[in-house]
Amino acid sequence: MTPLLRVEGLSKSYGTHPGCRDVNFTLWPGEVMGIVGESGSGKSTLLNCLAGHLAPDTGKVIFDTRERGPRDTVTMRESERRWLARTDWAFVHQNPRDGLRMAVSAGGNVGERLMAVGARHYGDIRAQAEDWLGRVEIDAGRMDERPRAFSGGMQQRLQIARNLVTGPRLIFMDEPTGGLDVSVQARLLDLLRGLVRRLGLSAVIVTHDLAVVRLLADRLMVMKDGHVVEEGLTDQVLDDPQHPYTQLLVSSVLQV
Amino acid sequence: MTQYNFAYLDEATKRMLRRAILKAVAIPGYQVPFSSREMPMPYGWGTGGVQVTAACLVPEDTLKVIDQGADDTTNAVSIRKFFARVAGIATTEATARASVIQTRHRIPETPLAAGQILVFQVPIPEPLRFLEPRETETRTMHALEDYGLMQVRLYEDIARHGEIARAYAYPVRVEGRYVMDPSPIPKFDNPKLHMSPALQLFGAGRECRIYALPPFTRVESLDFDDYPFTPSKAAGQACAICGAADSYLDEVITDDAGGRMFVCSDTEYCSSRAASQQGDAA
Amino acid sequence: MYVAVKGGERAIENAHGWLAEARRGDATVPDLAVDQIREQLALAVDRVMAEGSLYDPDLAALALKQARGDVVEAVFLIRAFRTTLPRFGASAPLDTGAAQIIRRISATYKDAPGGQVLGPTFDYTHRLLDFGLAESATPAPAPEAPSSLGAVPHILSHLGEEGLIQPEREGGAEVPDLTRAPLEFPASRPLRLQALARGDEGFLLSLAYSTQRGYGRNHAFIGELRIGHVRVSAYLPELGFEIDFAEILLTECETVNQFQGSKSEPAQFTRGYGLVFGQSERKAISMALVDRALRTRELGEDTGSAPAQDEEFVLSHCDNIQSSGFLEHIKLPHYVDFQAELELIRKLRRRAMPEAAQ
Repeated sequence: MTPLLRVEGLSKSYGTHPGCRDVNFTLWPGEVMGIVGESGSGKSTLLNCLAGHLAPDTGKVIFDTRERGPRDTVTMRESERRWLARTDWAFVHQNPRDGLRMAVSAGGNVGERLMAVGARHYGDIRAQAEDWLGRVEIDAGRMDERPRAFSGGMQQRLQIARNLVTGPRLIFMDEPTGGLDVSVQARLLDLLRGLVRRLGLSAVIVTHDLAVVRLLADRLMVMKDGHVVEEGLTDQVLDDPQHPYTQLLVSSVLQV
Repeated sequence: MTQYNFAYLDEATKRMLRRAILKAVAIPGYQVPFSSREMPMPYGWGTGGVQVTAACLVPEDTLKVIDQGADDTTNAVSIRKFFARVAGIATTEATARASVIQTRHRIPETPLAAGQILVFQVPIPEPLRFLEPRETETRTMHALEDYGLMQVRLYEDIARHGEIARAYAYPVRVEGRYVMDPSPIPKFDNPKLHMSPALQLFGAGRECRIYALPPFTRVESLDFDDYPFTPSKAAGQACAICGAADSYLDEVITDDAGGRMFVCSDTEYCSSRAASQQGDAA
Repeated sequence: MYVAVKGGERAIENAHGWLAEARRGDATVPDLAVDQIREQLALAVDRVMAEGSLYDPDLAALALKQARGDVVEAVFLIRAFRTTLPRFGASAPLDTGAAQIIRRISATYKDAPGGQVLGPTFDYTHRLLDFGLAESATPAPAPEAPSSLGAVPHILSHLGEEGLIQPEREGGAEVPDLTRAPLEFPASRPLRLQALARGDEGFLLSLAYSTQRGYGRNHAFIGELRIGHVRVSAYLPELGFEIDFAEILLTECETVNQFQGSKSEPAQFTRGYGLVFGQSERKAISMALVDRALRTRELGEDTGSAPAQDEEFVLSHCDNIQSSGFLEHIKLPHYVDFQAELELIRKLRRRAMPEAAQ
């Protein structure tokens, strides 16, 4: 089997500030990888390098494209990268405002990716948008409202629908439950888990919340000061942490 | 006016403009940056069109200038007089007799022929400008054919109003590649852009852009399959002067009691029709 | 039968006749001579030269007369004239350090070689209307000190010796020319400075003020403000040497701004730069502040995106000939577009409220 994503020797620094250093990992189709660490550990830098938002200093990010097989997305043309970003990839931002068009209706937000890849039938676009709003539990009657009027949890669910409508194979998530209340978080996690499993999606989830990765991730990477300090199956890492930093992370959660 | 060169601009400037025009013709719908000059009329009053016209004119040309479809609106008169003065070329109001036509906001009703040049005055050449104010970003969007956002804008119109609520400056796609602003012509005129035998040039002076539609270029107005583009005008009206039912009409308020009538916006088309009707009657 | 409005041509001619009459005003009042404007409205003349990008006090005075004192209109006349002028070449870089100073102040050093020279300034005048000026009067001659001034070095050069201020990079041999090549983004600093030098004084003043009030704050000291006569020379290939061909009055402002340092640079002072034709110190200071604000990206400052720091925003909107032309073009007829909108609104209303439409 060909891995969906293979990362080799990826580094990115901001002057004296490290970012992330020499990261290597492989993501297989249908697998969910969690990346945990405190803020400043380099996990968001890593995610943005993977998704093409940041250009890494060194290293490869090899994605198994549909048409042409494994390709290094770091060296591919901007046009190809943007095409991937609106077809095979999805990116869920922590703050839904960064991932939504706040001045465009919910239906338009979901329909944008369809239109960007050439959909030109209003009725079909609308029907698909309605279907996806339903799947993320947003009432179809609110389709023509702008996301401004939505609660934080609804905005986040709308962002997910907008991303998944073109049937991506790989979804990047940056603290997807970050700014939400605990009860809303639980519902969103439940929804995400259902979607990921049902659609057979691969995902890379960055979070500082171990409960999120416990629920969603098959495998886990622990980052500190730009380095991956521990990696393994999620349950293994959380139940039997080897690195002192992981032990600290796990114990601090358990104390709560 | 002997101290000015033929058609006002010096030859080096005209050469620069012609290079930009040639590039624009070679890449239909692509906005070519050019070094716009200060002209003796204000920016926004047709400086782009005037520069393009100046670069195209030769002494044998016959020039027609219209604004809002009319030959006698003040700005059309002003620009026509300018070229008569600085180029000494012949002018005309007859669309069929003109070799170069400069226009603001309309395409003449009389179909254009091969060999004619239609020069549009363009205020804002960037069709994506009101979706994205940044030039660096819109140029990237064009380069990468990233036009989803444009379609979203049309989607939003239908969701809110039941139709695409754009009456003029209606965006088009050129040869299946560049999305282009046809200048603020009413969308009624959009079909005339498509497969026109004339060369169509667009000049935006303030924004320093020239773009072009070479003859017989495919020009499609953006739409949805189930909400197709319709070139609309005043519903069910005909011109009160010449009776034309196929022309674009201006509404004229005739009295204080709200009385109104509709007349052709293309004054030359209207008067020549009216004259031939009188001739028939006589 | 309805007859469409005609006679645009005659209307234009008549309007222009009226304009000429209004420009002259009451014919019993003596006509204003161009040299009176040049001598007595010198700061207006300077502004027209600066924003018109053409150093010619006589033409600028004429433009002001023709424009009835409307400065932006006068700038427009000068710009339209300027485009028709042949271009022989570029001058050698000006040596403002060798200027014959008429005013020179610093807010960073109490005294420096060359001293502070107040010159003909409004500063410290009480802004009280001088009713005496209503009558024709010649002021008593101002006291003069013996001219001791040769070349006066720039005050910021003293900071440079210590390495406390960032040295400016040598410009390339090829000087970009805004009037010969379209402005494309991102623009180089020389091109930005060119755009600002001819930019609208009011616009730059407001932007500079906004940085002082916290929208892109970059706390500026006036390192030096100097006004003086500078020789302009050019290298003539036919002669094989440089010749002086003009002497022009310039206002130059260098600000000293804090800079916290970045990943690659230690903390040091940085410079904002303003250079304007004539005596135009409000404009020169504004320009220096805006120049410094626009350097925020190149310096790697993480200060967000205030209007004055946004290159596209500033450079796309600073030219008053572009902005006033486009603003005023909405006076032109828009019958066709309006008609199209009218039909659209009627149609949308018919759809929304079928009963009310009847």
